Amino acid sequence: MKLLSFLTRRGSAPVARERLQIVLAHERALNGSSGDLVRILQEEILAVVARHVKIERDMVQIKLDRGDSISTLEIDIHMPGEVVSVI
Amino acid sequence: MAKVLVVTSGKGGVGKTTSTAALGAALAQGGQTVVVVDFDVGLRNLDLVMGAERRVVFDLVNVIQGDAKLAQALIRDKRVDTLSLLPASQTRDKDALTPEGVARVIAELREKFDWVICDSPAGIERGATLAMRHADLAVVVTNPEVSSVRDSDRIIGLLDSKTERAERGERMEKHLLLTRYDTGRANRGEMLKTEDVLEILSIPLLGIIPESQEVLRASNIGSPVTLSSPDSAPGRAYFDAARRLRGEVVPVAAPDEKRGLVQRLFGRRVA
Repeated sequence: MKLLSFLTRRGSAPVARERLQIVLAHERALNGSSGDLVRILQEEILAVVARHVKIERDMVQIKLDRGDSISTLEIDIHMPGEVVSVI
Repeated sequence: MAKVLVVTSGKGGVGKTTSTAALGAALAQGGQTVVVVDFDVGLRNLDLVMGAERRVVFDLVNVIQGDAKLAQALIRDKRVDTLSLLPASQTRDKDALTPEGVARVIAELREKFDWVICDSPAGIERGATLAMRHADLAVVVTNPEVSSVRDSDRIIGLLDSKTERAERGERMEKHLLLTRYDTGRANRGEMLKTEDVLEILSIPLLGIIPESQEVLRASNIGSPVTLSSPDSAPGRAYFDAARRLRGEVVPVAAPDEKRGLVQRLFGRRVA
């Protein structure tokens, strides 16, 4: 039994390698320049909208989905319920 | 033309200080003038690993704050006369380092030495970013282990964004130093292989330092391993790494398990 489990046991290094590749792909997207890009875009879009509409910080949501050949930028702006009035 | 080198890793305990001492000594043994600078303010240890702990009078913070001249704080090694140490302060906290002060000291060191080797503290905060700030090149010390590789990846990101070189839009030269490597365990699939780490971090390899009793022995006696056991496997690996830093092309050989076994059987009597 012990001999059998010894023979079939797969080293743990391939698991380590796979887990690292996944977590780093995720973290590089967050910490790298695209992380900064999302933050900068969020601030600037917020500033532009706030110039014309009374808006809270959390009403502008930005999401960047990175794909291999194409990435999508999703901008979600929640406007106040009332008729929008120019400030 | 002086080179400023930062030895960094993110994670603690992977061998930054050991590697700073060994690379610094190896370069100095090769005739270069070298200063090793301890940036770990509050938790200094490079003095102990270099065997100079009883000779510290002034430190980096004293020089930065103008309480001492640089020449008063530098400690010349008793074994290799081209090797010097600038110790960190043990009592102050890391906020005692100012960006302007560090810039001034590094500029002054550049005038005096061929190599200025900065031993970074662990972490990604002030001390670590100041240690890498003025570097021309970086040695990223990594163990073949998940948390160390992940932290090295973060540090590589910082080297590419927070250093003076990066901010000037220049390329930051980075080298991987893989420490505590066990070829046998890697071959059995129990440990990340060199190729795995290289593929994940994608920076060039400076050297592979095998797991060895000689490394602990060296720090026990306060001597860089290239001085205490120059012919040991880690000693030779550090010498090779130092030659690569000087631009020599030295093929990287994974520390051989067979040779390790032969050494275990026959080498002890010789060493």
